[in-house]
Amino acid sequence: MITINVNGQSLSVDVPPDTPLLWVLRDTLGLTGTKFACGQALCGACTVHLNGTATRSCVLPISAVQGGKVTTIEGLSAHSDHPVQRAWLQHDVPQCGYCQSGQIMSAAALLTQNKNPSDADIDAAMSGNICRCGTYNDIRAAIHTAAGLLKKRV
Amino acid sequence: MTSELHKYSRRQFLQTSAEVGGGVMIGFFLPGLSRAASPDADTATATFRPNAFIRIAANDEITLIVGMAEMGQGVLTSLPQLLAEELEADWHRVRVEQAPVDPAYNNPMFGMQGTGGSTSVRAFWEPLRRAGATAREMLITAAADTWGVNRGTCVAREGFIHHSSGKKLSYGQLAGRAASVAVAQDAPLKNPKDFKILGKSLPRLDSPAKVNGSARFGMDVRTDGLLTAVIAHAPVIGAKVVSFDATRAKAVAGVKHIVQIDSGVAVVANGYWAAKTARDALDVKWDLDAKPELTSKAIREAMLTRLDTPGVLARNEGDVASAQSATTLESTYEAPYLAHACMEPMNCTASVTANGIDIWAPTQASGVNRAVIAKLTGVSPERVNVTTTLLGGGFGRRFAQDFVIAAVQISKAVSQPVQVIYTREDDIRGQFYRPASVVRLRGGIDGAGQPVFLDSRVACSSVSQAGGFPLKNGLDEAAVEGLSEWPYATPHVHVEWAPYEPGVSVWFWRSVGNSQNAFFAESFIDEMAHAAKKDPFEYRRTLLSNHPRHRAVLELAAERAGWHKSLPAGRARGIAVCESFGSFVAEVVEASLQADGAPRVHRVVCAIDCGMAVNPGIIRRQVQSAVIFGLSAALHGEITLKDGRVEQKNFDDYPVVRMNEAPPIEVHIVPSTEKPGGVGEPGTPPIAPALANALFALTGKRVRRLPLRAEELRTT
Repeated sequence: MITINVNGQSLSVDVPPDTPLLWVLRDTLGLTGTKFACGQALCGACTVHLNGTATRSCVLPISAVQGGKVTTIEGLSAHSDHPVQRAWLQHDVPQCGYCQSGQIMSAAALLTQNKNPSDADIDAAMSGNICRCGTYNDIRAAIHTAAGLLKKRV
Repeated sequence: MTSELHKYSRRQFLQTSAEVGGGVMIGFFLPGLSRAASPDADTATATFRPNAFIRIAANDEITLIVGMAEMGQGVLTSLPQLLAEELEADWHRVRVEQAPVDPAYNNPMFGMQGTGGSTSVRAFWEPLRRAGATAREMLITAAADTWGVNRGTCVAREGFIHHSSGKKLSYGQLAGRAASVAVAQDAPLKNPKDFKILGKSLPRLDSPAKVNGSARFGMDVRTDGLLTAVIAHAPVIGAKVVSFDATRAKAVAGVKHIVQIDSGVAVVANGYWAAKTARDALDVKWDLDAKPELTSKAIREAMLTRLDTPGVLARNEGDVASAQSATTLESTYEAPYLAHACMEPMNCTASVTANGIDIWAPTQASGVNRAVIAKLTGVSPERVNVTTTLLGGGFGRRFAQDFVIAAVQISKAVSQPVQVIYTREDDIRGQFYRPASVVRLRGGIDGAGQPVFLDSRVACSSVSQAGGFPLKNGLDEAAVEGLSEWPYATPHVHVEWAPYEPGVSVWFWRSVGNSQNAFFAESFIDEMAHAAKKDPFEYRRTLLSNHPRHRAVLELAAERAGWHKSLPAGRARGIAVCESFGSFVAEVVEASLQADGAPRVHRVVCAIDCGMAVNPGIIRRQVQSAVIFGLSAALHGEITLKDGRVEQKNFDDYPVVRMNEAPPIEVHIVPSTEKPGGVGEPGTPPIAPALANALFALTGKRVRRLPLRAEELRTT
């Protein structure tokens, strides 16, 4: 049994220790908002926060998460009102939407470290997240908007 | 992905069109006739279902039903806009529902329920507005009957029928009565100047679910007793399973079954990780005859040789053979195989029981799925239910049947619901590629630089045949589209297609033949402009005087890009224009070279004329999307083969554009009252040639092979 905290809930899971966190979330816990797309930490669709840091869950064995605090897209906010989610809606960012959980989690992590990211900061933080619909212009604009919303909130 | 599966889907595709196609058109063009059976008229709980697309409940809940698949292109918003406008619904109160598989939802342009070819708005522009108008007129009749007044004194507005006296009834209040009135005939359509919903950049209705993880894609389907399957696919194209040893695979905890299906050996387990781990532990013996002929170098040489013998005529004007020109240019261009690499890898959930087959799939073609699976299993089509989930990208790939067939075969074999998931590697190596293509272009200009002739021959495989669409007089129009339309004033034009089928399965890929042919044509007109010593924009412009819509987008893009304004040293612009899917798009690219010779795009300015704009915000985003998709191909995209093996496997060796390579993309929409054109695809074709033309302007090097490689551009 491995003990983890997911979205504020402490729980124990009985899975082989090499099972990636992604599949514990999706198959064991039924949290399907976190997506599988490459399985090799190449695309960012599976991004969650582990102890506050953006992390690719598709290659992270559950054994390495023991005792860790995991936040998924479902736990980012109680009412889909995290500034990044609000900004995403304001800019109507998603197209197919499949990568957007990962994009939003990466953007939220960026903004906790850097309250006012430049375009270069955004490139550095977000280039690990692929969007085949090519929503990059809207993502960039939404991150700037979210930074503004965060400032207002403080 | 075996050749059998391809033949199968090909055959079935045609039969589907024939079997399911006929009756549907009636349902569409007389929407009232497809009204659901016997709503309980005149009761407070009645639901008004004037046709397959609208449901109005007594509690004022208005549900608009969308038969096309949502893969990012916005049909869950744009198609409801067509309905709601004519229905005079209150947009803030409508709900949208994905339709089941049913001939009532057939795509009028395909004759079957399928989403692709940038057809959704084009195909449903008339039928959905008629469906909305019919319902509106019936609600007006219901209100007039209720009040005992003349219909002419009643108007529909934002979910109510208003009487001239000031009284009003909501659509919900009228639902019961409306359900029993005669179906309105020839309901008038609104004058476009009165549009309030159609033509507005309304936010997408699917966005809220896509920012909080609640949106359900194919891979998010969960049913009782669901098992997960991962397949060991043939490592070499066409290889067959000889035998397999499952000892090690069975030892993996959670593994339930190991079954052979047409496309390989499937491991079925509790969850993906067990299935994938066991799949990797499987010892499958394949008939691994290396196929040296299926090597990219050999295929390329064979295609180039194919250019030496005549093909099928696609266009012939004037007499190229006798044309006299002052200068003749000859160039050969090449484009590679490409994978779609949808973000959501192929997957499908199926439950095969004695009662029938349930399928939940991120599919572009639920109608085809039903027909193919009915044929494959012998189960009658009415007992094959297909639920279309959200699609994590489509781009044509999800028109194929392989993942659906696999899920059904596995569920049938294990008598349990199964979700088959392709790994990314399965997905990239799974064939269904945009065809590799080569073209030889000859062009002549006169002493003044005017084009005299264009002579061309394209060699590539046929996607239409792969998809089961018939050829026209032996011609696959998809092989030459984007080139055969050559719009520039040229007295003698000859275009041929030389079919070449090396045995790699090919498929529809966003913008299909235009994706490579626009690169060929729009690079070559640039070559002609250069030979004529003319500015590439002005040269095109003067040659497009008989093509006002091409010319208008070309001028708009050039103007907004500041075509004639100077740029900083080390940067240059290129331009291209293409008509595809009923729309016209011009793009101007600003590019530079990085130290290693790799191109960098700084800005893209697009102008699109897609007729009447149903949702300008969605159109802007779709054009940006199409540009990024095409830019991935122009900069990086290439699938190569060695002895029958696909050499790429994931996003490390099949890279796509990421945030750091994504330029700002401006989109300008030409105001128009023409019927809508397509939107999902037309932004893709011009980007590769616009970039190649910018790089030529920058370096003087004409790169005629995609992707645009640093080594061909490096100046030192």
